Amino acid sequence: MTALLDIAGLVTEFRTENGPLTAVKGVDLSIAKGETVALVGESGSGKSVTSLSVMRLIPERVGRIAAGQIMFTGADGTRRDLAQLDQDEMSRIRGRDIAMIFQEPMTSLNPSYRIGAQVAEAARLHRAIGRRAAWDLAVEALAQVEIPDPVARARAFPHELSGGMRQRVMIAMALVCDPVLLIADEPTTALDSTVQLQILALLKRLQAERGMGILFITHNLGVVAEIADTVAVMYGGRIVEAAPRDTIFTAPAHPYTRGLLASLPRVDHAARAAGVVDRLVAIPGSMVDPRHPPPGCDFGPRCAHVTDACRAAVPGLQEVGPGHQTRCLRWSEL
Amino acid sequence: MSLTFLIKRLAGAIPLLLGISLILFAIIHLAPGGPTDVYADNPSVSPEALQQIITRFGLDKPVPEQYLLWLKAMVTGDWGLSIRTGRGVLGEILARLGPTLQLGGMAMGISLIVALPLGTYCAARRGSRLDTALTFLSFAGISLPVFWSALLLQLVFSVWLGILPSAGMKSIGDGSLIDRLQHLAMPVTVLSLATIASWSRYIRSGMVDVLAQDYIRTAYAKGRREWGVVIAHALRNAMIPAVTVIAIDFVTIISGAVITETVFAWPGIGRLFVESMNGRDYPMLMGLMMMGSFGVVMANIIADIIYAALDPRIRHG
Repeated sequence: MTALLDIAGLVTEFRTENGPLTAVKGVDLSIAKGETVALVGESGSGKSVTSLSVMRLIPERVGRIAAGQIMFTGADGTRRDLAQLDQDEMSRIRGRDIAMIFQEPMTSLNPSYRIGAQVAEAARLHRAIGRRAAWDLAVEALAQVEIPDPVARARAFPHELSGGMRQRVMIAMALVCDPVLLIADEPTTALDSTVQLQILALLKRLQAERGMGILFITHNLGVVAEIADTVAVMYGGRIVEAAPRDTIFTAPAHPYTRGLLASLPRVDHAARAAGVVDRLVAIPGSMVDPRHPPPGCDFGPRCAHVTDACRAAVPGLQEVGPGHQTRCLRWSEL
Repeated sequence: MSLTFLIKRLAGAIPLLLGISLILFAIIHLAPGGPTDVYADNPSVSPEALQQIITRFGLDKPVPEQYLLWLKAMVTGDWGLSIRTGRGVLGEILARLGPTLQLGGMAMGISLIVALPLGTYCAARRGSRLDTALTFLSFAGISLPVFWSALLLQLVFSVWLGILPSAGMKSIGDGSLIDRLQHLAMPVTVLSLATIASWSRYIRSGMVDVLAQDYIRTAYAKGRREWGVVIAHALRNAMIPAVTVIAIDFVTIISGAVITETVFAWPGIGRLFVESMNGRDYPMLMGLMMMGSFGVVMANIIADIIYAALDPRIRHG
């Protein structure tokens, strides 16, 4: 498979009054055509910043990409480094080659315009078509995302739709120009769990039909199990473990990944028999403060297995198995 | 926005205006002095003549009765006679309304044309050097007393440079468009400066709020360029809070830019108000203030209509 997106050594900084704050500290990530990569982590781990960096949606006033490459192969086959493009060139790629959906469907649509017009706008920005044709295309896109009665719904305003319906509109808007890469930043987090499953099923179906790559950002491992091919776990601005989905769940190598898995609520029979129902295991401590990162491994202060070697320097990526890497020095002993 | 909503709003304005008229009437009559004071000090006006004036204008009747009489006449379109000039109140007001509308309308138009792009630009480039400079100038503009900037302009352009007339609406014996525009230039500038400063601040802050919204990020994500996002997605939503301020300011200026009109001897509503106040001209004052109140109430209704036009959530809510 050809790689659609190759992120190498991405460093993203925010401007603050006390100097730059590094939110992403050298991320490497690759997405192939038709592949779904889940980027997992807590709030503040840098996963959203990574996705916004790819889209170049961080305003210059707020922050910048300080280093790294974001090689992207567009629908026409040209391979370019998104980190080097100016906003004008980016605006031609956004919405056409790469589309994005967001966490808050309630606030991500403009309250003043009909949803059909907002979807049609996305089409007209990248295609030389008239209003009429764009509207028809929008209605078709709304039908694609399984919105009932799309002809009438196209004339609705966002406040007349439920959260799940609005997220469907966002997906229709994102996919109306047939992008090769979809970035989904916690698209199901704000939704009811039944609606979550519907949206995930919809994304899977659309991906199977179109063969687009998906970068799926989430903190929900249940969602990861549902949708991901490959998983990258982020902590403190770095990817601490990357592996195929099944490997992450069956053989996690990094203590943080294991902590995340242990903190999942379990309601299956095995758990009940073992008497662990109702008891959630939490990872002690709290997320690393980006202003004062600890020396060496970012997870060190919260890790039960930390040694002096861990504190000496940030551990490099260690090969665990095929397609499986971790940033833990002691993965083999644990 | 339905017709029933509009009718309801208009019907709701009637008790409001009645209440306002009652309060205005009471306040005017509570103020010390009366319309006959001007004559009382004049030795050539005999007590009998004075009594005659009082009887003729009904000033000897109890105040509540005076109010009811005034109300009845007002509703039927008879705004009474000015005690000061003896002419009809409505005619006097209408004669002064023209110049005020000319001055106020022009100032409002210019203010909107300048403040809208200014506020928008500052919000889109917030924190830039130009934004900081314009913010400073806005506050200077808001803080500057109108009478001072008016006198300063007169000093510079009329006294020192001698290129603009210092007062009035037109030169005697002239009245061409150029002449009228020359007379308009300074009062319009003075009025506009203050409104541009305050409106651009409102538009800027509304815009800054809107630009931080999630749907702005969505607009970028679908490939809109910066100014496309600002104009197509942000401006409409950002205008909603500014509409109230603009509507009310509009009325304030239409109902008489008192200071500006006084300094530039502009024959408008503002000066009429000051003159009537000094003469305790009850019918004229009531007419002017009722017109102002009516304007404020109407401006609010118009602002509501504009809200509904801008925001579908209000339209359907």
